[in-house]
Amino acid sequence: MSTLNPTEPRTSVPGPAALNTTPRRRGKSRMDPTRNNTAAGIAAWLLALMFAVPVLWMILTSFHSETDAATNPPSIAAGLTLDAYQEFFGASSGVSPWPSLINSATASIFSTVLVLLLAIPAAYALSIRPVKKWTDVMFFFLSTKMMPVVAAVLPLYLFAKNAGALDNIWFLGLMYTSMNLPIAVWMMRSFLDEVPVEMLEAAQIDGAGLLLTLRKVVAPVAMPGIAATALICFIFSWNELLLARVLTGVVAGTAPVFLTGFVSSQGLFLAKVCAAAVVVSLPVLFAGFAAQDKLVQGLSLGAVK
Amino acid sequence: MTTATARVSRHGSTTAKPSRDAKARERALAWVRRAPLLPALIFLIIVTQLPFVVTLVISFMNWNSLSPGTTGFAGFDNYVQVLTDPYFLQAIVTTIVMTVSVVLASLLLGLGLALLLDKKFIGRGLARTLLIAPFLVVPVAAALIWKHAILNPVYGLINGTLTWVWSLFGSDTPPQTDLLSSAPLLAIIISLVWQWTPFMMLILLAGLQSRPMDTVEAAQMDGATPWAIFRHLTLPHLRQYLELGGLLGAIYIVQNFDAVFTLTSGGLGTANLPYAIYETFYFANEYGLASAAGVLVVIGTIIVATFALRTVFSLFKKEAGR
Repeated sequence: MSTLNPTEPRTSVPGPAALNTTPRRRGKSRMDPTRNNTAAGIAAWLLALMFAVPVLWMILTSFHSETDAATNPPSIAAGLTLDAYQEFFGASSGVSPWPSLINSATASIFSTVLVLLLAIPAAYALSIRPVKKWTDVMFFFLSTKMMPVVAAVLPLYLFAKNAGALDNIWFLGLMYTSMNLPIAVWMMRSFLDEVPVEMLEAAQIDGAGLLLTLRKVVAPVAMPGIAATALICFIFSWNELLLARVLTGVVAGTAPVFLTGFVSSQGLFLAKVCAAAVVVSLPVLFAGFAAQDKLVQGLSLGAVK
Repeated sequence: MTTATARVSRHGSTTAKPSRDAKARERALAWVRRAPLLPALIFLIIVTQLPFVVTLVISFMNWNSLSPGTTGFAGFDNYVQVLTDPYFLQAIVTTIVMTVSVVLASLLLGLGLALLLDKKFIGRGLARTLLIAPFLVVPVAAALIWKHAILNPVYGLINGTLTWVWSLFGSDTPPQTDLLSSAPLLAIIISLVWQWTPFMMLILLAGLQSRPMDTVEAAQMDGATPWAIFRHLTLPHLRQYLELGGLLGAIYIVQNFDAVFTLTSGGLGTANLPYAIYETFYFANEYGLASAAGVLVVIGTIIVATFALRTVFSLFKKEAGR
C-alpha cells in the first residue's frame, strides 16, 4: 500500500495525517482485498481439494470393483458398484463386521454417558460454584491426559486378565471414560462458564432451588456445549485403537481392531478397504459435523471461543 | 468470575459470627462444594494414577511372563537396559522427530489455510468443511487408506497420477515412488500432518477471527504493508493460539499408535515409544522392561509439560479472568 502513496512518510503513530487521508485510502484498500480475495479463494479451494483428495478418493474407490480399484493409472471414470460394501459386510467371506461395529457403539456410548455423568457435576464445582484452588484441580485433570496411555496399559491389562475383564466391552468402556474424562471436564467447564452470573444470582434471590436453577438457568445455556462435549468424547472413543487392541480379543473387538485385522495380503482388496474405511468413519463424520459449531471450543478444551 | 460466584453462594454464611459453630458450618459447606467434584476425581485417580504406581513398581522388577521362575527385584537394570538398547534409543529419536515435525508442519500449513479462510470468498463454508474432513476419518481407516490407496507402489494414487501425467506427454516410463519402503517415517509424518492440519487450522482460524479489527484497520490506514500487519499485529495475537495448538497436538501425537501400527508395524526405524512399549510387553512379554520405558516416557512428558502447561495457563487465565 505504501507504493500507492510514496511521498507520504510511513508513521507508526496514527496522527492527524492518517485521519485526513482516511477516505481516499479506504477507497483504495477496499479494492485490494477484493483482488486478494479472489486469489485467496482460488488458493484456499486448491488446498482444500488437495486435503480432501484422499477422502474423496477413498469414497470413489469404495464404489469401484476390485479390478477397477487397483489400476495404474487410476480408473477414475470406471463404473460404480456396491460390491465392495457387500464384500465388507461379509457377502462371500461370511465374516460380518457388525459385532465389532456394535462393540464400538457400546463402548463409545457407554463411556460417553458415564463421562457426562461424572464431568457435569465436576464442571459445576469448578465453574458455577467453584471450590477453592479450582485451577489446581483443572490442571490435575489435564495432567492425567498428558500421561501417555501406554504407561498405564500394562497394569490395566494385568488387572483385566486377573479380574476376568479381558475381552469385555464394558471394561473397555470404563477405560475410555478415564481417557475422555479430563478433556470433558475442561470442555464442560468452559461451557458452564457461559452461564451468566447475574442469572444465577437472580435465581437465588427468587429462591429457586438447586434443581430448578439447573433446569431453568444452567441447562438452556449449557445444552449445546454438553451435546458437543458428548459428540467429541464419542469420536475419541470410537477412534481408539491401542487400548482396544490390548484389552479385547475375539468377543469384544471394536471396529478399529476389526479394520486392522481384516486386511489380507492376498488377492485384490483395495475397494473393500475403502468401503470399510468409509463405513467405520461414517459415525465420526456425522458426529463431527453435528458438533461443528462448538468443535473448536471443545477441541481446544474451551480455550478458544 | 470466581469472586462473583463466591459471593452468591456464600450468601447465607457471611453474616454468621466467627464462632466454632460457624467454622464447622463453613467446613461443611466447603465439602458440599467439593462433593460434585469427588466422583470424577476418585474415578480418575483409580483408573489412571493407580496403574501408573503399579507400572512404577513393575519397572523395578525382573518380570518376563514367559519365564515366571526368574521374576524378582531388578533395581535399575530395566532402566539401564532401556537407555542402552538401540531399539529404545531409536524409538526415543523417532518419537521426538515424529512429534516435532508433525506439530510444526501442521501448524504452518494450518496457519496458511487459516489465513486464506479468514478472507471472504465464494464457497468458503464448503471449503472449510472439505478441510475438516481429514480430521473426521477414523485414524486407523486413514492410515489404511494412505497405505493401500495412496502410497501403494503398484496401484496407489500417487504413482497412478504420475503414470497418468507422464502418459499425457507420451511417456510410458513415469517415475514411480515407494515412500513406504524408501522413507517410511516420512510416510507416517505426511499422513499425520494431513490428519492434524485441520485441527490446527480450526484453532488458528478462531484465533484470527478474534483479532481486534480496529488496530488492523488503523495500521492499514497508516500505510502498513500486509506483511508488516501480519508480522507485528497478527502473529503476536496468534502466538498463544499457536502455542495451544502445538501443545494439544503434541499431547496426541506423542502418543500416536494407530499410524505407526497400521502403516509400517514399527518396521524400518519407525517404531515410536508407544509402539516400542506395546511390542515389548505384548509380544516380548518383557513386563519390567516395558514398564521402565513407560516410566521414562512419563518423566519426559512431565519435563516437557511443565514448560508447556505454563503457556496454556496464560491463555487460560486470560480467558477465565474475563
